[in-house]
Amino acid sequence: MRRVVITGQGTVNPLGRNVPETLAALQAGRCGIGPLEFRDAERLSVRIGAQVRDFAPEAHFTRRQLALCDRFTCFALLAAREAVAQSGIVFGEELALQTGVVLGAAGGGVATWDESSRAVYEAGKNRVNPFVVPRLMNNAAVAHVSMEMGLRGPSFSVATACASSNHAMGQAFQMVRGGMSPVMLTGGAESMLCFGGVKAWEGLRVMSSDGCRPFCATRNGMVLGEGAAVFVFEDLEHARARGATILAEVAGFSMTSDAADIVQPSQEGAARAMAGALADAGLAPDQVGYVNAHGTGTAANDRTECAALARVFGPHARRLMVSSGKSMHGHLIGAAGAVELLACIMALREGVIAPTVGFRRFDPDCPLDVVPNEARRADVRAVLSNAFAFGGMNAVLALRKFV
Amino acid sequence: MTVQVERKVIAILAERAGLDAADITPDASPESLGIDSMALVDAIFAIEETFGIEVPFNASAPEEGRFDISSIGAIVRAVEELIAEQAA
Repeated sequence: MRRVVITGQGTVNPLGRNVPETLAALQAGRCGIGPLEFRDAERLSVRIGAQVRDFAPEAHFTRRQLALCDRFTCFALLAAREAVAQSGIVFGEELALQTGVVLGAAGGGVATWDESSRAVYEAGKNRVNPFVVPRLMNNAAVAHVSMEMGLRGPSFSVATACASSNHAMGQAFQMVRGGMSPVMLTGGAESMLCFGGVKAWEGLRVMSSDGCRPFCATRNGMVLGEGAAVFVFEDLEHARARGATILAEVAGFSMTSDAADIVQPSQEGAARAMAGALADAGLAPDQVGYVNAHGTGTAANDRTECAALARVFGPHARRLMVSSGKSMHGHLIGAAGAVELLACIMALREGVIAPTVGFRRFDPDCPLDVVPNEARRADVRAVLSNAFAFGGMNAVLALRKFV
Repeated sequence: MTVQVERKVIAILAERAGLDAADITPDASPESLGIDSMALVDAIFAIEETFGIEVPFNASAPEEGRFDISSIGAIVRAVEELIAEQAA
């Protein structure tokens, strides 16, 4: 089996327009959550979210792209451009035939759906934008990235709700590891921050009206975010041959299903996914220094995730750093694992652990070092990134420092 | 009015619990009737639609709202209060 390394990263998210801005915000513990600004927001009961503010797609895309791209696709394209530019990779004819794009997205073009429904139901129109279907389809972001970069290998989108991008990156990892492709672009993109999108989440009654405080005794729910992150996953030998900068090694991946409840998390399923990722990576629990938690800030997730961590890591759980960036960039749903991988790479490469901000009071149900409120310097050699989706689908990636 | 509210609230909860309304006593808790948090969210939505009210309830922090869900009787009283408040 081939070793797989990450040689490029790119993002647009509520904390930054690119990777350097995002890492600076994570290190400063800056929170990107604020009042939601879009049409009809005053009719929401939950009026906060982590938006990508002042986003001007006209500055980045052709007229044709603008007509065909939903917001989630725009985010994916910008993230992919940054990742490819940073990796320095050039897709020659042969490499382009082998390279594919696998991105996670839970909702696809949610705002496009919302606008189209408004037109026919609210405005009573009998005509909608001709590109509703190509804009809203779940694989639209993948398609536009493959078209813009000319990548003609295996490409598809992955939809497993909040675990979409971890499943996507796990798939890309296995494709490179197994020799199917020497290079894959992978990650996730999501944008549900429109009236219908947030209304749908409100209905579940798991949203906080005042902030996302994972693992804190005062936590009262999740906060939505939006954005994308894309990475270049590359066969180590291929990366070495072209003298690429290696950001980290993708060491292992595991996925499990709870087969239990459509929304409630399961300690057993989460623990099995983490243990599986460790085994796949050949890591002992005490070699892991940091876990980027799923950490949504709901009562159920955080309690269950902490119990699962205790089960997998045993006594080492108390020494482990566990934080949730959702406290800063919100829950990016299908793009969550992708944006959170940036914090994992930062931990390995720069030795800085992103904090869990907004933390006020210790919860005995979450007896872990959650790196409260301030980033911390630490030398970590291996990390896990958790994603546990509605539907009981769990996906955990293991990364190792590349030395 | 009160009897009618009680009857409707109990009917909504009984349907989610898969029980006869006659088997639901005011001192029973939702959990004891097998109403889990998602069934409760669904019941609260039905209550809002039936009575035209807004119920302050967050499944991630049930103790934080003013909506008492400790027993069926408590839910009925809370609904009655919300109807009185929101009619005003």
